[in-house]
Amino acid sequence: MRDVLIIGSGPSGWTAAIYTARAGLHPTLIASSVETGGELMKTTTVENFPGFLEGVQGPDLMAILQQQAERFGTEVIYDDAVELDLDGPVKTVRTGLGDTYTARSIILSTGSAYRRLGLPREDLLSGHGVSWCATCDGFFFTDKVVAVVGGGDSAMEEATFLTRFAKQVYVIHRRDSLRASQIMQKRAQDDPKITFVWNSTVSALLGTDQLSGVELTDTVTGEQRQLDLDGLFVAIGNDPRTELVKDQVALEDNGCIRVEGRSSRTSIPGVFAAGDVIDPTYRQAITAAGSGCVAALDAQSYLISHAVPADPAVAAQS
Amino acid sequence: MSVITTKSSTFKQDVLESDVPVLVDFWAAWCGPCRAMSPVLDEYASEHEGKVTIAKLNVDENPDIAAAYRITSIPAMKLFKNGSVVTEVVGTRPKMVLSRELEPHLD
Repeated sequence: MRDVLIIGSGPSGWTAAIYTARAGLHPTLIASSVETGGELMKTTTVENFPGFLEGVQGPDLMAILQQQAERFGTEVIYDDAVELDLDGPVKTVRTGLGDTYTARSIILSTGSAYRRLGLPREDLLSGHGVSWCATCDGFFFTDKVVAVVGGGDSAMEEATFLTRFAKQVYVIHRRDSLRASQIMQKRAQDDPKITFVWNSTVSALLGTDQLSGVELTDTVTGEQRQLDLDGLFVAIGNDPRTELVKDQVALEDNGCIRVEGRSSRTSIPGVFAAGDVIDPTYRQAITAAGSGCVAALDAQSYLISHAVPADPAVAAQS
Repeated sequence: MSVITTKSSTFKQDVLESDVPVLVDFWAAWCGPCRAMSPVLDEYASEHEGKVTIAKLNVDENPDIAAAYRITSIPAMKLFKNGSVVTEVVGTRPKMVLSRELEPHLD
């Protein structure tokens, strides 16, 4: 049986691994079969992670964190946790490939998933004009007209990135001001290829087997109009990924895993949570990393205070 | 060999005229999720030796094929049988899920 199992391979998971590995707890990290590295794998330059003077590519940052965790002996499993049993002193994780892992403590760092628009035919048009990854798909919209939905930093990053390819980039936002940071806003607003469409939501996706445009609804007047597009990039936020544990640990009303105060302790002893899955507010690489550190230290102190009692048979002989 | 690299000039022969179903993996070096999917496809191919060929097509180097099949998101995997697309998978999938999605289309 292991001391610590970490589920998830974003900044919080790797940081929890670095700390628990350095504490001699020999962590095992279940990284996912195809999503190792998490959300940052879909980004380009990260300019706000402390310590990188010139910025760092998101995928490179994740590779560095992984190497740092492995350097201290973290065992990495490229498989998906599909079933968890968190009750009691022994926690069990079953994976997609059919393996079972047990541990005395678990750190849940499952992150968050892109929020969907929730419109009819969104699935059908995904990959046919509707995209969730500008860095992957921007190339296919060379000299085309695209739009980004959203008003946060990710939306600004995507819009700015897409100007490398597209001839015109609309940013569709439901309010008349952005929640993105000043530097990201300014970069987008100064870009001649970017046009802002304020107070608007996407109310329908147009096109039968390929996106041809969207129907916009004005959030103030209720007026509707069409916007012809070749591509639509969705960046309207993320939701915590709790589907594996939602029936076992307590959640907050906002869907995040509930933790006690500033700690990472969930409603189940020995189960800790870190990163985007507990954070409805900040959701930065660095806050996730900090949160992973908290979880590692909490797990460490839990393991010390719940030390496995000596085998009574052995104790009786001595 | 169940994993091959295909390109514009050999696509017809490698994919359209193949006797065996071919899963074409449209990918690019700058696509992180594509890199993540690559080992999964390799494993899938070795487990389905003789039943399906995986053909990797770099969209950067072969934009004509990507455009012909209206690729707008990668990774995109299209399963060809007798020269036409019978199903497609867009985005990354764990091996089990990929296998389940392709199963009904393979003999």
